[in-house]
Amino acid sequence: MEVLETWKTVKRADLLQMYYYLRLTRALEDRITALYRQGRIVGGVYTGNGMEAISVGYASALERDDIIAPFHRDMGAFLVRGITPGEVVAQYLGKRTGPTKGKDGNVHMGDLKRGVIGFVSHLADNLPVATGVALAFRLRGESRVVVTNTGDGGTSRGDFHEAMNFAAVRKLPVVFFCNNNQYAYSTPLGLQMAVKDVVDRAKAYGMPGEIVDGNDLAAVYLAARRAIQKARAGEGPTFIECKTMRMHGHSEHDSAKYVPRELLEEWKKKDPILKAEQMLKQIGYADENTFREVGERVTKEVEAGVEFAEKSPLPEGPETLNGVFATDEEIKP
Amino acid sequence: MTTATAGREVTYLEAISQALDEEMTRDERVFLMGEDIGPYGGAFRITEGFQQKYGEWRVLDTPLSESGFVGAAIGAAMMGMRPVVEMQFADFISCAFDQITEVAAKNHYRWGAPVPLVIRAPFGGGVHGGPFHSECPEGWFFHSPGLKLVAPSTPYDAKGLLKAAIRDPNPVIYFEHKFLYRRIKAVLPSEDFIIPIGKADVKRAGSDVSVITYGAMVHLALEAAELLARDGIELEVVDLRTLIPLDKEAIYQSVRKTGKAITLHEDNKTGGIGAEVTALLAEECFDSLDGPIMRIAAPDTPVPFSTPLEEFFLPKVSDIVAAAKKLAAY
Ligand SMILES: Cc1ncc(C[n+]2csc(CCOP(=O)(O)OP(=O)(O)O)c2C)c(N)n1
Ligand SMILES: [Mg+2]
Repeated sequence: MEVLETWKTVKRADLLQMYYYLRLTRALEDRITALYRQGRIVGGVYTGNGMEAISVGYASALERDDIIAPFHRDMGAFLVRGITPGEVVAQYLGKRTGPTKGKDGNVHMGDLKRGVIGFVSHLADNLPVATGVALAFRLRGESRVVVTNTGDGGTSRGDFHEAMNFAAVRKLPVVFFCNNNQYAYSTPLGLQMAVKDVVDRAKAYGMPGEIVDGNDLAAVYLAARRAIQKARAGEGPTFIECKTMRMHGHSEHDSAKYVPRELLEEWKKKDPILKAEQMLKQIGYADENTFREVGERVTKEVEAGVEFAEKSPLPEGPETLNGVFATDEEIKP
Repeated sequence: MTTATAGREVTYLEAISQALDEEMTRDERVFLMGEDIGPYGGAFRITEGFQQKYGEWRVLDTPLSESGFVGAAIGAAMMGMRPVVEMQFADFISCAFDQITEVAAKNHYRWGAPVPLVIRAPFGGGVHGGPFHSECPEGWFFHSPGLKLVAPSTPYDAKGLLKAAIRDPNPVIYFEHKFLYRRIKAVLPSEDFIIPIGKADVKRAGSDVSVITYGAMVHLALEAAELLARDGIELEVVDLRTLIPLDKEAIYQSVRKTGKAITLHEDNKTGGIGAEVTALLAEECFDSLDGPIMRIAAPDTPVPFSTPLEEFFLPKVSDIVAAAKKLAAY
């Protein structure tokens, strides 16, 4: 189907909501990057610049009770699930008001109440965990779904393969996303895998897979919706490869000189926000005014978040000792 | 499957089986995962008959995929289930090391989500298993904050600790000793009971020398105590039962009484639990000590296969007797 035609199949309100999250994600990560340059961030900054449509798209396709196990460039998904810009900045600043209360940094955060499984640095570790979330749904006969995501590099780890295999064998309600941004840190795809497309890996597990344009919000959203619907209906897992490009360095300290300039120039034209604006205008769902208003709104929200985070207290040293073990009260049914 | 029947002796293995059965009946969130645990009943037949009783999903045969199914158990635990995972042999837990130490152990500390998970790990030597079916991997996990480790030595403790582990809100590795499976029997109470995690047990009281140990070595220490008693040396056998959190008070109490301490385990000597207990005693009980703290442990080699090699490798009753006599002379 024509790109424009696919966009027309999504409701206007849903598109505008997702467009807002694209902008919020971009604005928040740009602001965090600026704070990093000023030396105000504790630790590293990994952005999903140019890849926002993927996590906004899949997270928007879920129901409230569903679960996500996101990846380190999935800021959009955290925001869609209701983690606020203030909490995110607090997390980056090591403040007590961040989701990990200063115990962990950057995107290594989660919150079960909002259906977010905490991201673990060890790439692909959360994929088996996601299959277990799906297994719990299956065991209890709930019609809930979990979506997880990995990078192209993460698909080389054993845990990726163990998770894909187990999910397929037991037809678990899980959807595996992969944001193929063509690099894993400095390692290009050709040194990561011998298959042409990451989706080829799914065949080995008897799992259906598809490739989508990861910079096309509606395409990602619709692919997610189809896969989620299937999973919910008990028809098992799907693998979705999103072709995209990492537009910043691996982290903000990395100038990424190893990425050819022309490649970045080419992908800049395919920016997901630019693309969304073109489509929204063409269908007549929005105009420059809408875009400007959304821009003003997200800037305000991000600034309020930064203010909240900066005013928040740092944890006290002895808080280090808290929380190694859970208490009985925490698992009361 | 054996059900609790008053008056009949049950083996250590049956005690484990009973604990699983009773917990699955008590709480429908409890389910089992592992290799060949379904129709086959597990490599050691601990879950024999379970699948007929509880169905294919609650007694779930997994692919050969330790990291994958431990990860899955973590996910299910976070969603409010109570998974009990079986390692076919404790040795294969190395394949799941990352999931256990990086995900399960750190989860609650990092972002507050409890992982009420039990991993059953059939461990230990004396069964001609060789380097890949005899390991004592507890040392690896002893150094990973966020995990609890238990290692029962009797059917009573085996049952009570497994029930406590299943009800605990944290990831617990349950080290069950293969050598004890069918060798140790006891009559168990017919009513529900647990052994609290974190509580050591004095398996034999004595006034002269303390042996601090766990697992199959408890029985070795008890044998040595019998022999030493004939020579007028009274050994106190402290069974740790839980390795994390360690019952430090119980260790100190015993050593403050006897003034002499031997640590005993089947795990390799360097960096083993005996080393930690020794360090704790040096820090906290220095004034009470009347002799050097002695460590009896396996040498720093993999577990060898051939009978004379494995016999050489494993601590012996005579090692304990010799160490206790040496200490008693101080
Ligand atoms: C198991 C593991 N090894 C190494 C790293 C360090 N590391 C962090 S991100 C990264 C590259 C990841 O590449 P990819 O999976 O393609 O994701 P991307 O960052 O490109 O989105 C590496 C090597 C890690 N986090 N985990
Ligand atoms: Mg990549």
